[in-house]
Amino acid sequence: MTRLTPAPPPGKLIDSPPFKVNAKKELANPVLRKNLRFATHTIRAKRRLRVSEVGEEAWQQLRDAAAEIKDRVARHLDTYLLQLEETLTAKGAVVHWARDAAEANQIVVDLVKAKQVQDVVKIKSMVTQEIDLNESLEANGVAAWETDLAELIVQLGHDRPSHILVPAIHRNRSEVREIFLREMGRYGTPAPADLSNDPPVLAAAARTHLRNKFLAAKVAISGGNFAIAETGTLVIVESEGNGRMCLTLPETLISVVGIEKVLPTFDDLEVFLQLLPRSSTAERMNPYTSMWSGITPGDGPQELHVVLVDNGRTQALADEIGRPALRCIRCSACLNICPVYERVGGHAYGSVYPGPIGIALTPQLRGIKSVIDKSLPFACSLCNACADVCPVQIPLPEIIVHNRNRVAEAKQSERRPHLETTAVGAMTWVWKNPKHWEKMLKLAGLSGKALAALRVQSLGPLPPPISAWSNARDLPAPPAQSFREWWKRNREGAQ
Amino acid sequence: MSQPGDGIRVALFATCINDVMFPNTPKAVVKLLERLGCTVDFPFGQTCCGQMFTNTGYYKEGLTTVHTYVDAFERYDYIVAPSGSCVGAVRHQHPMLAEWAGDELLLARVCKLVPRTFDLSEFLVDVLGVTDVGAFFPHKVTYHATCHSLRVTKVGERPYQLLQAVRGLDFVELPSDEAGLPTAEECCGFGGTFSLKNPDVSVAMVSEKVRNILATGAEYVTAGDNSCLMNIGGLLHRQKAPVKAIHLAEILASTEEDAA
Repeated sequence: MTRLTPAPPPGKLIDSPPFKVNAKKELANPVLRKNLRFATHTIRAKRRLRVSEVGEEAWQQLRDAAAEIKDRVARHLDTYLLQLEETLTAKGAVVHWARDAAEANQIVVDLVKAKQVQDVVKIKSMVTQEIDLNESLEANGVAAWETDLAELIVQLGHDRPSHILVPAIHRNRSEVREIFLREMGRYGTPAPADLSNDPPVLAAAARTHLRNKFLAAKVAISGGNFAIAETGTLVIVESEGNGRMCLTLPETLISVVGIEKVLPTFDDLEVFLQLLPRSSTAERMNPYTSMWSGITPGDGPQELHVVLVDNGRTQALADEIGRPALRCIRCSACLNICPVYERVGGHAYGSVYPGPIGIALTPQLRGIKSVIDKSLPFACSLCNACADVCPVQIPLPEIIVHNRNRVAEAKQSERRPHLETTAVGAMTWVWKNPKHWEKMLKLAGLSGKALAALRVQSLGPLPPPISAWSNARDLPAPPAQSFREWWKRNREGAQ
Repeated sequence: MSQPGDGIRVALFATCINDVMFPNTPKAVVKLLERLGCTVDFPFGQTCCGQMFTNTGYYKEGLTTVHTYVDAFERYDYIVAPSGSCVGAVRHQHPMLAEWAGDELLLARVCKLVPRTFDLSEFLVDVLGVTDVGAFFPHKVTYHATCHSLRVTKVGERPYQLLQAVRGLDFVELPSDEAGLPTAEECCGFGGTFSLKNPDVSVAMVSEKVRNILATGAEYVTAGDNSCLMNIGGLLHRQKAPVKAIHLAEILASTEEDAA
């Protein structure tokens, strides 16, 4: 069967190889590293500036308020969700509940099919990426067109997003030009033949390409940054205006929203609309904020469906340590500050949520069964930079370490021996008793003496598993005398 | 002559990595604290803070070292370690592990030790109230703010204040990145078992750290943690670079007599 939309790379994200393998591949791409470094460092500095304008104390108050609101939502999620359903329904929306990705996709596919359309337009949405909605629609003969510029670049590039906010962060403008020239004509209005790699020219080509899709679309699909329980209002925060087009032109709007996106009251938005733009695009305010509450006769879509998706969220909610990951407002400040993300990019994570929030959240949503999910918690040097920038104060390092604990315990409960669990067991024996530790120190001292006799001051490449360290770095040879021994010889007598 | 440390008894927490690999650092702490008038004890019951276990996900094993730590140091008012990272582990991970185990008694014992455990730079500046410790180190030195000393233990400006008061020391900052942010605050890529589990990313990170260090023209790179310095120093040594890694304590312990 011929495809309607550009095919993404084959395979499912959850079947990705472990992080280490993906990272090695991405690290070998110098263009990617250059693009990522430039982009993350630029936005990092801009964010810092925009946050400093608010003032340290006021910013901290906003962060505290955001964390408290989100925690209240988590504590009373059932109440707020039912309230949301009620207010939405009262205002003419139809509410659907989806336990997992398959259910959510089926609901959307059925709704779209009932409209007898072949094409839908989409606003950038993380949850529809998470459930891989586009591929479900494609399999059912419906073409879903991404209208966010970066998502369009990714879609036309037969690619996957590599960043939550800036999905094409791994592409530079010459690559974008090539993708537009090659692909646009196959899926609609072609790019002009004399297309340059000047950003305004590229954006203009995207506008022209998308214009006909907007005008033809009868159905639009959106996500939602916030869903207000009190008023039944959905909120989309965006930069380009493509969202506004999707939210106003088509007759039918389907909004797919994660259940954690609910906020109790309209007033709560005040906090998040100050935190989100400064943390994400590093703007004082984003250019377009759209809010819609049900149906308004004669204005905008006349049919509104809201699909509320769980897909692992209640599992995260049930985990006391993992729960604050549900506070996430998808700003990406943690990705932009992360030294690991900066080097490998989003594709290495095998999840639509990369970076610190990805390795905290993904093993909460998907569990720790797959090879990639087992490896994700370790894709972090625990530098703690993410915790400082998170606008909703998710204790990311704590959740990451907690996910490691889940992986370690799973490993220990397996019957077969692991090198790691064996080594950990040996070191526990050494460190739980100072006498054992002293023996180890003596042994290290003896090897130090032997190495000194051979005039070896440092150790070069060594066999595995130490080779992981010593392939690129020298290890100092242990000294002939530990501190403890020195103290015994020089200080014990003196005291 | 009265000294800032007069009448203060300090328990030295050498940390396991210093005990076995870098004994010169705890020796320097002893020398420095005694020069400032303190009495220094080295409780033999100490082993490791357990951070390596905890950060790799082995909580049960980490818990055994919490017991060792508490048993060794409980009777002291001041516990000083030349490591922002190990102090951070005592402050944040020990209570977390005791809570995880549901061990209320241990938690109570741990919580008493948390405010009594100091990184060397905190102890000097906050408890002894000194920034000029009478050190002499006639070399060009740059400083790497290790992640845990900066963001977990939050030693802040203290190491800079201490370094700037060292006679003869020519201090040079690590460069800013192209966007104007300080690279001194970026991770060196060590991260304990991270450097073994993700060696390629780790090496990419330390390579950049070393490039930034070389750009300063410094003879020494210093920090409050020998684990990070072992990582940085390991690459400097492999590259045969003319820069040595040295712990902050060893600079602060140096005097004119050492130089002569």
